[in-house]
Amino acid sequence: MSDLYHVSSSPHVRSKDTTARIMLYVILALLPTTLFGIYNFGYRALILILVTIASCVASEWIFDRIVHKKNTIGDLSAVVTGLLLALNLPATLPWWEAVLGGVFAIIIVKCLFGGLGQNFMNPALGARCFLLIAFAADMTNFVTDTYTGATPLAAMRNGEAVNTMDMLIGRTAGTIGETSAIAILIGAIFLILMGVIDLKIPGSYIVTFVIFMLLFGGHGFDWTYITAQLCGGGLMLGAFFMATDYVTSPITPRGQILFGICCGILTGVFRCFGANAEGVSFAIILSNLLVPIIEKYTVPRAFGQIRGEKKQEGGK
Amino acid sequence: MAFYMEYNTIRESGAQKMGLKTFKGGVHPYEGKELAKDAPITEVLPKGDLVYPLSQHIGAPASPIVAKGDTVLKGQKIAEAGGFVSSPIYASVSGTVKAIEPRRVAVGDMVNSIVIENDGAFTEVEYTPCDDVTSLSNEEIIEKIKEAGVVGMGGAGFPTHVKLSPKEPDKIEYIIANCAECEPYLTADYRRMLENPNELIEGMKIILQLFDGAKGIFGIENNKPDCIEKLQELVKDEPRLEVCPLETKYPQGGERQLIYAVTGRSINSKMLPADAGCIVDNVETIIAIYNAVKLGKPVTNRVATITGDAVEKPGNFLYNIGTNYAELVEAAGGFKVQPEKIISGGPMMGFAMFGLDVPTTKTSSSLLCLSTDEVAAMEPTACINCGRCVEACPEQLVPSRLAKFADHGASEEFEKWHGLECVECGSCSFICPAKRQLAQSIKTMKKQVLAAKRKK
Repeated sequence: MSDLYHVSSSPHVRSKDTTARIMLYVILALLPTTLFGIYNFGYRALILILVTIASCVASEWIFDRIVHKKNTIGDLSAVVTGLLLALNLPATLPWWEAVLGGVFAIIIVKCLFGGLGQNFMNPALGARCFLLIAFAADMTNFVTDTYTGATPLAAMRNGEAVNTMDMLIGRTAGTIGETSAIAILIGAIFLILMGVIDLKIPGSYIVTFVIFMLLFGGHGFDWTYITAQLCGGGLMLGAFFMATDYVTSPITPRGQILFGICCGILTGVFRCFGANAEGVSFAIILSNLLVPIIEKYTVPRAFGQIRGEKKQEGGK
Repeated sequence: MAFYMEYNTIRESGAQKMGLKTFKGGVHPYEGKELAKDAPITEVLPKGDLVYPLSQHIGAPASPIVAKGDTVLKGQKIAEAGGFVSSPIYASVSGTVKAIEPRRVAVGDMVNSIVIENDGAFTEVEYTPCDDVTSLSNEEIIEKIKEAGVVGMGGAGFPTHVKLSPKEPDKIEYIIANCAECEPYLTADYRRMLENPNELIEGMKIILQLFDGAKGIFGIENNKPDCIEKLQELVKDEPRLEVCPLETKYPQGGERQLIYAVTGRSINSKMLPADAGCIVDNVETIIAIYNAVKLGKPVTNRVATITGDAVEKPGNFLYNIGTNYAELVEAAGGFKVQPEKIISGGPMMGFAMFGLDVPTTKTSSSLLCLSTDEVAAMEPTACINCGRCVEACPEQLVPSRLAKFADHGASEEFEKWHGLECVECGSCSFICPAKRQLAQSIKTMKKQVLAAKRKK
């Protein structure tokens, strides 16, 4: 017996799923809204998307080189961050601001906290909020060749009427990826069918938000208003693609529902009472910060554990 | 593999529609049963020395009652039970005791073992069959099972007579035959059900004789429709026997999962199946009970599947316990290609062995020889908190978090998140897209926590 066989702890087989494959599915799911954004806002949108993705991937590659970490760009997570960030930017944003956003997302929000899986805040949203504060004017300039008016949410705030059909299809002003509710929903359905996300977070988010707006929106049971609120701003993109980010949402099933409720309430508060018509990005990153405490109080009950029994003593 | 998860959901809802019983969570690994499924059980006679580790069951090691140089017959007791929770060991060949010395066993430990030089004659002691089992008292039945050295032959090796002596026998409502065989690649129980269904049913009836109020249920995964059909046909006039088809999902044959699937009752780590009114025994164990009580034969042989893509002719073999694994591989035609990994047991919970020179025991149900070690080729990456392990965990734990606590040595947190409830099925490691060794970390921590508790 000279040859020794491999020895390792069980199990000895693994599923075919990988992190890169999950990220690839997210990228595929974002394609409808990306393509619609390019169609809607023209070549500037395409350039901005490519620049942002390149900035994110390059930041991660350089960071890994500098700190002598194993290169992790192969997991495609930087591509997802770059794409999501780009979809959250107005098409008119100067390219160098987008590059800065990508660097901020990857270096500050993700890598400095330990890289993939360790960041406590959604990198794309963190960067978006950074850009919103740093370049407020550029980030809220939605005037393009096609659209000269305000975003539907801002218009509604000013008491103007909005066309909900245009909002569903996406023929409105806004960031590159947020305008078309239908394109986002197609991607979301794809992710749900692929088992990448489920409805716990987006479902509780949207339901809570609707209830909140019915109660405090000031329009009562006005379904046009509610539909416009749902399709307007970053709500759809946020609920299905940002709040569901694995790393920055709770892992416990009950925690996920609670997290969605937090996002819904905060979005409602920001939209109804805030200075801005928008609120999704801030609502999600603030909820991200609540994740550890949410998880702490939503430890699932183990199989066969008697209800109300707090701690298992173990052993037979 | 997201396609696969979607497939899961479809299958699960389909299973419920078809009225199949199941549990929450679990995974669907590649089944691999086609390799050995159609190979009828073949008897293998050992040629070399036979080795009997004194500890091949849960509980106190058996104590040898033979000495070096003694001649023994097949079926002769060579070691007696070392306590109530223990089990005697019988020679499975005739020959001479060559040594009593530590030998390497499947899990990697050195265990004191009796080594018998096989004389090749297989001279057997006389057994005394029992013509009328129904005339036996409960005590007599349990004594026969105990004396025959019957232990849980599915893998755990818990002495069966202890299992059959619950504190409150009146409260036992279900005797569940674990016919799930949910571990991929394994087909030994499948062949037993097809080839020895009567022994299985008679064995079940013997157990039922001990528990007046109990029903006997055969829980079979629906990937074995021929077994379901065969047993259903055989029990159709038996009011106390029933076949329960189960969804094909790992770990359907886990004791707690099986009890839940069949009865809807759930038990935790502090409870015994008897607390839920159940006793669960594996196919091979029930056949051993039949052999012990009806035929008066001790446990000296059993069926194992020798399979995997590295094996020339995968099959199911009735072998004499104590036979060297290498002889079983030889019986299966040897290796077609040099395996990278050999596993005693199934791919999900089996033990990888670094060499073939290891004796089989009462609990050796399979040897799986894989030409490539897919786990070694995968490098663990960062946890992305995706929650697939949470979905897969049949105990509804949060494996990724438990593994983190384990890696940090945070025993308090580990217990707070119910780490001790882990059944070590490996579903979390299997499903993890980051290829993390979750089960390994959790199992290690569990041992440490339990050891610390015992010290207190």
